[in-house]
Amino acid sequence: MKIFSQIGRYSLLMRRAFAKPDKWSVYFRQTLVEMDALCIDSLGIIAIISLFMGAVIVIQTAYNMTAQWIPRYDIGFTTKESLVLEFCPTIISLILAGKVGSRIASEIGTMRVTEQIDALEIMGVNSANYLILPKITACVLLNPFLITISMFLGLIGGWSIAVFTGIVTSHDFIDGIQMYFVPFEVFYALIKTAVFAYIITSIAGYQGYFTRGGALEVGRASTRAVVHSSILIILANLVLTQLLLK
Amino acid sequence: MIEARNISKVFNNRKVLKNVSAQFEKGKANLVIGQSGSGKTVLMKCLVGLLEVDEGQVLYDNRNFSGMTLKERRPIRQEIGMLFQGAALFDSLTVEENVMFPLNMFTDKSLEEKRERVNFCLNRVDIKNANCLYPSELSGGMKKRVAIARAISMNPQYLFCDEPNSGLDPKTSILIDNLISEITKEYQITTVINTHDMNSVIEIGDRISFIYHGQLWWQGTNAEILHTDNKEINDFVYATELLRKLKK
Repeated sequence: MKIFSQIGRYSLLMRRAFAKPDKWSVYFRQTLVEMDALCIDSLGIIAIISLFMGAVIVIQTAYNMTAQWIPRYDIGFTTKESLVLEFCPTIISLILAGKVGSRIASEIGTMRVTEQIDALEIMGVNSANYLILPKITACVLLNPFLITISMFLGLIGGWSIAVFTGIVTSHDFIDGIQMYFVPFEVFYALIKTAVFAYIITSIAGYQGYFTRGGALEVGRASTRAVVHSSILIILANLVLTQLLLK
Repeated sequence: MIEARNISKVFNNRKVLKNVSAQFEKGKANLVIGQSGSGKTVLMKCLVGLLEVDEGQVLYDNRNFSGMTLKERRPIRQEIGMLFQGAALFDSLTVEENVMFPLNMFTDKSLEEKRERVNFCLNRVDIKNANCLYPSELSGGMKKRVAIARAISMNPQYLFCDEPNSGLDPKTSILIDNLISEITKEYQITTVINTHDMNSVIEIGDRISFIYHGQLWWQGTNAEILHTDNKEINDFVYATELLRKLKK
């Protein structure tokens, strides 16, 4: 029964969060602030992970392609498919669930336990809308760009390791990347990313908003935000893949 | 004037407020006193709508606040200022931005006009050269004063103060008390103050409501509370040996 009560509470919170902002200029300014704090600030870790992820995929693919009859450009092709279809949108989103999700839950949770949310409510501000909607908007709009950058960096990482270790020539690798390019696959990855961004921000916002108690509870809310959003990302990944890649 | 009519609040089958009826008058410092756990914070949260009453009504100048939807309450809430126990300043904003926050949200004033109002409010609470500081850089007393400045920035009709002296030294407590009292009289605000500080009761308590086990036990002035025969009030007021000796 507890899960139904949580779903109900989450739905009511989202209804309040998606209400018309009290003041549009404040909402746009908050969205820009959140874009910087949640998305631009994550660029560094995304870049590092993407570069190394691309490199590791190339090494592992080459390791598994021992048969002589398999063309070497397949390494580039497999790397591209792995990065675009799964690694960049899903793995990076899971990492963002940890980084961004815990940040949102602890920020809103701390505001709750220090009565800052009560202060907003007393002033007549729709606190759910003021605190959660700009975060959702920022991540849903900007995370797809982050994932696009991640794809490029993953391919650069893969190309670098391929060329420097001699696993495959630069020409073969680039040929493999360009082979059977289906633009819809990128679109599919971006749709997944936007849905995952919504899951991360709304679940973290929900966990933070209903924090009760003190510092310990803020920590717990932060952990719950990461765990719940990670599980939901994996479930949504399965559903979206089944729906979009038939 | 704020009026509570027979309000009750239940938590987990435990009645925390029992048919409380009280009137809080305009232009007066209305103090709500009582032991920890007596229900005064719940009463204040019910009055401002942070908690919904299970029975009864809360009226703001005869407007039935407790019967309104969240949307309908907004205009009234914009007339309310509140000083929280821990000040509740927004950590990510500077002193100036904190005081300007309600003006940004609910007015169309120019930046110059808003700055002017912010500086006026900060001067009123005697905060100088702190506009660019963050709450973490302020002392407890300064935080409370900035919170008062934020609370009065929109010219509120109603001011609520939850334990305004908690965590402050006696001298700063008196400063905060006097500031609240002056603002109440100056702007003719209906002020409700939750406290268990007897200094505040004696210094600024125009009208005092004593809450005992969730019930409104006694109402009167600061002069009357010192001479009442009510046992529960005497146990509360003269809780220390020093005060008991002084009474004798």
